[in-house]
Amino acid sequence: MDLISSLGLGFSVALDPINILYCFIGVLLGTLVGVLPGIGPTATIAMLLPITFSLPAETALIMLAGIYYGAQYGGSTTAILINLPGESSAAVTAIDGYQMARNGRAGPALATAALGSFFAGTVATFLLAAFAPPLARAALSFGAPEYFSLIVLGLLVSIALAHGSVLKALAMIVLGLLLGMVGQDIYTGTPRFTFGLRELFGGLNFVSVAVGVFGIAEILRNLEDETERDVGIRKVTNLWLTREDFRRIVWPVLRGTGLGAVLGVLPGGGHVLSAFASYSAEKRLSKTPREFGKGMIEGVAGPESANNAAAQTSFIPLMTLGIPAHPVMALMIGAFILQGITPGPNVINQQPALFWGIIASMWVGNVLLVVLNLPLIGLWVRMLSIPYRVLFPAIVVFAAIGTFSINQNIYDVYAIAFFGIVGYALIRFGCEPAPLLLGFVLGPLLEEHLRRAMIISRGDPSVFVTRPISATLLALALLAVVIAVLPSIRRKREEVFVEED
Amino acid sequence: MRKTISTLLAVALAAGAAFSAHGAAAQDYPAQPITIIVPFSAGGPTDTVTRLVAQAMSEDLGQQIVVQNVGGAGGTLGAAQAATAAADGYTLLLHHIGMSTAPALYQSLPYDPQTDFAPIGLVTEVPMTIVARRDFEPETLEDLLAHIRENGENITYANAGVGAASQLCGMLLMDALDTRMTEVPYQGTGPAMTDLLGGQIDMMCDQTTNTTTQIQAGEIKAYAVTTPERIDALPDVPTAAEGGLENFELAIWHGLYAPVGTDPAIVERLSASLQTALATETVAQSFADLGTAPVPADQATPDALAEKLATQTELWAEVVAAAGVTPQ
Repeated sequence: MDLISSLGLGFSVALDPINILYCFIGVLLGTLVGVLPGIGPTATIAMLLPITFSLPAETALIMLAGIYYGAQYGGSTTAILINLPGESSAAVTAIDGYQMARNGRAGPALATAALGSFFAGTVATFLLAAFAPPLARAALSFGAPEYFSLIVLGLLVSIALAHGSVLKALAMIVLGLLLGMVGQDIYTGTPRFTFGLRELFGGLNFVSVAVGVFGIAEILRNLEDETERDVGIRKVTNLWLTREDFRRIVWPVLRGTGLGAVLGVLPGGGHVLSAFASYSAEKRLSKTPREFGKGMIEGVAGPESANNAAAQTSFIPLMTLGIPAHPVMALMIGAFILQGITPGPNVINQQPALFWGIIASMWVGNVLLVVLNLPLIGLWVRMLSIPYRVLFPAIVVFAAIGTFSINQNIYDVYAIAFFGIVGYALIRFGCEPAPLLLGFVLGPLLEEHLRRAMIISRGDPSVFVTRPISATLLALALLAVVIAVLPSIRRKREEVFVEED
Repeated sequence: MRKTISTLLAVALAAGAAFSAHGAAAQDYPAQPITIIVPFSAGGPTDTVTRLVAQAMSEDLGQQIVVQNVGGAGGTLGAAQAATAAADGYTLLLHHIGMSTAPALYQSLPYDPQTDFAPIGLVTEVPMTIVARRDFEPETLEDLLAHIRENGENITYANAGVGAASQLCGMLLMDALDTRMTEVPYQGTGPAMTDLLGGQIDMMCDQTTNTTTQIQAGEIKAYAVTTPERIDALPDVPTAAEGGLENFELAIWHGLYAPVGTDPAIVERLSASLQTALATETVAQSFADLGTAPVPADQATPDALAEKLATQTELWAEVVAAAGVTPQ
């Protein structure tokens, strides 16, 4: 069809010097707020909304979109350097990225994140341009049963996230599921585990939990070692990827991009799964799964690509149907409305310059991000040479300010301290925080979709196997369990065999 | 907990009283940026309404207005924060119908909507629309009512959880028909709309801010608007009364408040500024795009808002009790 001419129109808008300038401002701001732990794109976009009043619609929205994917980018920087993820997706990057940094490979880790994100962003932008309307239609066939089955699949596959004891990983997932239940039940309004505090009615804030169990716990752990204050980098080797590194990241980036692009289209929580799913896939496919969690470059390349691809394709339901996939998208809807455009099925026909301009600007934004970030890697890495006694109070302060800025809820700040201590205790017990966060993020979604599916089917559980997409997903989940169990069964049988021999 | 809050409140009241005794404060007002608290997250319909009004009011007052989102607990966290803010006219609250339903829905509300605030004026009354998935059988509102009476709980009705506008509308509808449908709650009407578009659920009742574009695009079916008059954005959609549903009126009204004890001269100034803002072409146009309209100038007054709040609080206490919802 006239994809070429549409893209041509888009690029004529996106390459307008003023729009390039605002796109650059957007991605720069996004990177900065992404790097400051806790201050996420939601708070930034909310603060900048009034400024965008005076700009033309395309320019304003291009800048705001830039903040969003810029922040995705910046968030992985802190996850890698100081183990402080600002968003659920970056939590996965922190697992191996931070270990790479500790091994002196912060440079290659950051470069991998940048290149993987760029590639994924480019592919996803093309997908968005070519298939947005049909993809959005397809996503609508996902109802509650389908989402439930998808999340079951995600949870089962993601037990691979842990690199120690499976039992401890399961315990952490369950703890995460419990933490996810805090707050008002949306079905009946009954408060759960809120201790009578209305501040907890909305549930625990993801950023508080993530900053606590990852960042603050890590700081506590570092501080216990009085003599070794030069945390992190023992010796920074090279800043750039070796030929071997390139060879290792090619497939993870491709797979991550594919997974992320597909999951990002689903408005009911697909983007949350993307980074977790990609990490699990890489670990399963790796010849050395035991090395994951100790600084595997594949563990950075896959999730970072998946995350960025999903960030881009999550614009599909927004721009074609007017449906926000998550809070930042809801804010973007607000921005559209303030500009006098109501997002929905009509935007593509009534405002083609705007629609295609934003899509084209995403690619421009990705180019700008790479240009901006690659030279910065040296600077970021040098940040690690700041004496720890100066660095850690700064991290704590910024994390507290950032978290507070989201909802102006002081309990979110208390939660950081609480989960910092919990996280430290968990590290001491040899439990890992990643499965906990997975449970925390997916638990509420799992419950919501399960209960909704059951309400709509009027209590009939067969709905999960009679709907084809749901049945397929559950079958895949079963397959994942079988594959996970098979080798150990075989190994046991072999052991038995050996002993008998 | 409660005690500290009431102490705080007392301190705030005292501070407010001391401040208003200071005559000069009103004359210089506003001497610094004003904050309007929105008790919902950024990007939602209430936030959008607030930002549009704030922009126009700030031009009139010659001061910057900062919109602060304090979300959570059905809007009661933000309202509580506004109730305890200094009564100097620099912290205001823009809340919707939830202001009047909160006393019926929450047990231990740390503020009283009617006595802890000084009303400034109504802002807009957003109509609701009764909508259904595209391939839902009934063609008209009359068909729909018959269909609901006949099929009752076999019909799935989406709402955005306890206390949400969509839930209130459903309560009223079921109350009027004296029947029950299967209520399916969502985290906000955004995801509910997704499922309605995908045909996963049967019907919903939501604000025009959320439904107008989908109706215009023919993606969903609209049966009625819940206001006495048809609305400009949807001229073909009949009113509930036209379609045979008598006494079914519901609008999501939004009001602007200051903490109680704010200097009456300041409240007067803010009310005048609100009226000016609502009369601007930009606000009228943006509201029209959202399927709503600014209230007339005589409604953007402290008295009109106080009256609205009082009658609505009474109404919802009855409806909520009739629906058998226990306050949390």
